[in-house]
Amino acid sequence: MINTIIEMLSYPFLQRAILVGLMVSVCASLLGVTLVLKRYSMIGDGLSHVAFGAMAIAVVYQLNPMLVALPLLIIVAFSLLRLSENSNIKGDAVIGLISVSSLAFGVLIISIKKGVNTDIYNYMFGSILSMNQSDVYLSIALSLVVLFLYFKYYDEIFSVTFDENFAKATGVNVGLYNGLIASLTAITIVLGMRMMGSMLISSLIIFPALTSMRIFSTFKTVIISSVIVSIVSFLIGIILSYLYSLPSGATIVTVNLILFIIFSIIGYIKK
Amino acid sequence: MNLINFDKVSFAYNGNIILDEINFSINQGDFIYIVGENGSGKTTFLRGLLGLKKVNSGEIIYSKDLNKNQIGYIPQQKDIKADFPANVMEIVLSGRLNYKKGFFYSSKDKSIAEYNLKKLDILSLRNKPYKYLSGGQQQRVLIARALCATEKLLILDEPDTGLDPEARQELYVLLKHLNEKENITILMVTHDIKQEMINTGKIYRVADGKIAIENDKGDEND
Repeated sequence: MINTIIEMLSYPFLQRAILVGLMVSVCASLLGVTLVLKRYSMIGDGLSHVAFGAMAIAVVYQLNPMLVALPLLIIVAFSLLRLSENSNIKGDAVIGLISVSSLAFGVLIISIKKGVNTDIYNYMFGSILSMNQSDVYLSIALSLVVLFLYFKYYDEIFSVTFDENFAKATGVNVGLYNGLIASLTAITIVLGMRMMGSMLISSLIIFPALTSMRIFSTFKTVIISSVIVSIVSFLIGIILSYLYSLPSGATIVTVNLILFIIFSIIGYIKK
Repeated sequence: MNLINFDKVSFAYNGNIILDEINFSINQGDFIYIVGENGSGKTTFLRGLLGLKKVNSGEIIYSKDLNKNQIGYIPQQKDIKADFPANVMEIVLSGRLNYKKGFFYSSKDKSIAEYNLKKLDILSLRNKPYKYLSGGQQQRVLIARALCATEKLLILDEPDTGLDPEARQELYVLLKHLNEKENITILMVTHDIKQEMINTGKIYRVADGKIAIENDKGDEND
């Protein structure tokens, strides 16, 4: 086991993948708790599909995928937030429309310009070979921004997650903090989209939070547990994918699923 | 002393007038009940009072002594997600959000939270998860949170829904105590008039787009 890890760390591309993967896992698990509790999981899912469209544009015009996706996803995140707040429109249905449309657009644009190739597969299901050195610097900088803002506004985020109306009635700028949550989610998806793939990145957000809530029942313990669950799933997943030549994204999701089942059983017995 | 004044205020949804040029005021020390059928506009009235819904015409005037962040709102139990993972202290402390400076809640914020938990006789529950509490206990947690945000005005939305008769009785006693001993102004929105309400405060009824007083404790000399 130790030998495997040492061996893995001797490859620069794996060093980069593990470093960025750990940062993304932590960011995604923190935001996941809020998104799941606010019933905003669909926003994470919608954004990840839009990320696929953004990556398609980037590959066709030979641009940096992260720099194309980042502004686009932040704009879309705010639009999705508006949609889900507006009760006149069926928000979840519209998010579904945006998701599949982005996906179809992405597949079409790559097919027309480059022919169907491995890019489509990699962007959908992820590849750990995707990061170069400058991507790593950008990823770490963005992760640190997400972590700093999350902890700086932890109490505000708790308050708007638990009871938006109370927060609003006592003069808290709820729109600002919802926007913050949406922006941080957009950044996190941009960070993780290539390694996990746009089909699988939203699992990184949803799973750890749901898993932790099977057992823990205070906000702080759920947050701590989610971070640990997310890191453990990532590390086990990446080691298994290295040992058995499995796709990394799918392996990490499967480990997450197994942990979810284990936590559910423990939670059931505890009751 | 006048805290909040509605001056010919109208509210509308999609062009339909729900409340039509109503006049209404809340004075320091009042105990006010707002009753009305479902669909009468009492929820719209409440949302307007809390600043969650904009007026169509007219004006809601807040007294200089009442900052916008000094309205302690206690939502309906069903508005809080039943499975939300949070313990009592986390929730009650969130009432201090507007007073927080810097990264964390100060020890003053924490002692104010504890003071209010003690006042509501639930200090022993401080580390218990909210979702495992009884309906009456959850109610007290939300009142404690509201008291952390304000010492002036509590607004409760159908607080007696889902409480058993004993817990309901305790709630009325508690609110009466807060009103009389701590001089906290209380406004409660509720579905229908109950026995406990008759001699404790002013009862207003919302119907047909208007709001009108049904009794006035002060006039009855009791």
